[in-house]
Amino acid sequence: MSIFLYSLISGILTGGVYALIGIGLTLIFGVMRIINFAHGDLMMLGMYGTYLLSTFLGVDPFVSVLLVFPAMFLFGGLLQKALINRMLTSVAQNQILLTIGLGLILSNTVMLIFTSDYKTVTTSYASSTLKLSENVSVSAPLLVAFSITAAITAGLYWFLQKTDTGQAIRATAQDRDAARLMGINVSRMSILAFGLGSALAGTAGALLMPTTYTFPQIGSVFTLKAFVITVLGGMGSVVGATLGGILIGIAESLSAVYISSGWKDVAVFVLFLLVLLFKPSGLLGKSRT
Amino acid sequence: MLRIDKLNFSYGDMKVLWDVDLEVHPGEIVTVVGANGAGKSTTLKNISRLVKPDSGGITFEGVNLNRLQPHEVVGLGIVQVPEGRRIFPEMTVTENLRMGSYLKATRKFRESNFEWVFHLFPRLKEREKQLGGTMSGGEQQMLAIARGLMANPKLLLLDEPSLGLSPLFVKNIFQILTDINKEGVTILLVEQNVYQSLRISNRAYVMETGRVVLSGSGEELLNDEHVKKAFLGM
Ligand SMILES: Nc1ncnc2c1ncn2[C@@H]1O[C@H](COP(=O)(O)OP(=O)(O)OP(=O)(O)O)[C@@H](O)[C@H]1O
Ligand SMILES: [Mg+2]
Repeated sequence: MSIFLYSLISGILTGGVYALIGIGLTLIFGVMRIINFAHGDLMMLGMYGTYLLSTFLGVDPFVSVLLVFPAMFLFGGLLQKALINRMLTSVAQNQILLTIGLGLILSNTVMLIFTSDYKTVTTSYASSTLKLSENVSVSAPLLVAFSITAAITAGLYWFLQKTDTGQAIRATAQDRDAARLMGINVSRMSILAFGLGSALAGTAGALLMPTTYTFPQIGSVFTLKAFVITVLGGMGSVVGATLGGILIGIAESLSAVYISSGWKDVAVFVLFLLVLLFKPSGLLGKSRT
Repeated sequence: MLRIDKLNFSYGDMKVLWDVDLEVHPGEIVTVVGANGAGKSTTLKNISRLVKPDSGGITFEGVNLNRLQPHEVVGLGIVQVPEGRRIFPEMTVTENLRMGSYLKATRKFRESNFEWVFHLFPRLKEREKQLGGTMSGGEQQMLAIARGLMANPKLLLLDEPSLGLSPLFVKNIFQILTDINKEGVTILLVEQNVYQSLRISNRAYVMETGRVVLSGSGEELLNDEHVKKAFLGM
């Protein structure tokens, strides 16, 4: 029982961080109807940012979020402005090639600079745990990562629901031409969405660093994971992506404990296929025409 | 106020507008009527810059629109209530209306504009929290017009606001358009409901297969033999 509880809880905590990656992808998809195949690579950049800050400047990985978030926001916004905004009217294949190519450039550039060695950050608390009860304890850095994720998600939700700019992003996602007719500068909203999506991915990378390692090609696994999360939750739904992320975290964690760690990716895809079979529009998605 | 000069437009290889000339003066209600596919909506899309013309100029209060982005056109005071309502389905009535006054210049008047549109459409006030996508067709049309008004338009473009509405509702909408116009909003209306719209119009244009074939005062066109035969079934 305590093993079950332990893996359930760490699944939820890790899943929360995955959710951040999924939310970024879903936001970008919602506003631009493109799937960002470079998404995992943006997360990887966040990981290396945290690695650099921690190794050379002694910045705590969790504190590094304060720099990684805005830096990745600017980087993503710039990518959108310089490259992706020009491609929004071209055919889907070209958009796919563009983001795939972008991902390759990012991962190969990082490999040139840092080689393909695994990089880790060292913290005093990497393996410290918090006792929840007599025989259930959770990883402290994972709990901190989850709390920061929750705060960022809540902030994002508030921004999208309550502010004029956030509402304009949602309006653009729901009807681009109607948004234009409201005086909304939709290419600016696209820049914002891609900047936010990148910032969320980079932040997730930063938050994972105390409990994991990174290497230049780590992105592709996470792009896939983000895609599964997004489809699970219903393309374009922020709440859905949050749920999807947590579900994936739990599936990974439970299958690693009860089957074997080699099976955790299989479990994710089995879950994915089941949802596609029984609720193809995703858990919270509405069927689109 | 608005002046369209020899507007030509094609969707890809298919030419749909030929040398369209059209003018709207301050304070007027001007109607464009014409059969399906005549190019009415396309003309409005050109004004709002959702599409770019092949040739021809559009000016508004002396400003050439040819270089502007759609959101900049809204900034000048040209607001379109598009065909098919196009309200934001996953947003509440209030949120939809807030988007109408998204631009900084109009945000200042948001509160008084809310009062104005709730006064014109009391039904919307009762439904403040309802999602746009779950409203009835007539309610969505009210919301679309109200959302347009939230932007303090100088010139309001309306594309078939009466489409799919019950007769009672249609009367209501035309009454409201007349009222809005009296409050100082100039209106360019595209309608298939030829009789009602010509009655409230100062002037009107008839379009056929991408060309303006007839124009005159609302009254003249109501009595025109061709209009009577083609649109009024007389
Ligand atoms: N997005 C598009 N792509 C290609 N052709 C289009 C497009 N939109 C409209 N057309 C064509 O352009 C012509 C003019 O269409 P438009 O929508 O302006 O007509 P309309 O006068 O508004 O008709 P209706 O009364 O049916 O709304 C039609 O032949 C139509 O098929
Ligand atoms: Mg039309």
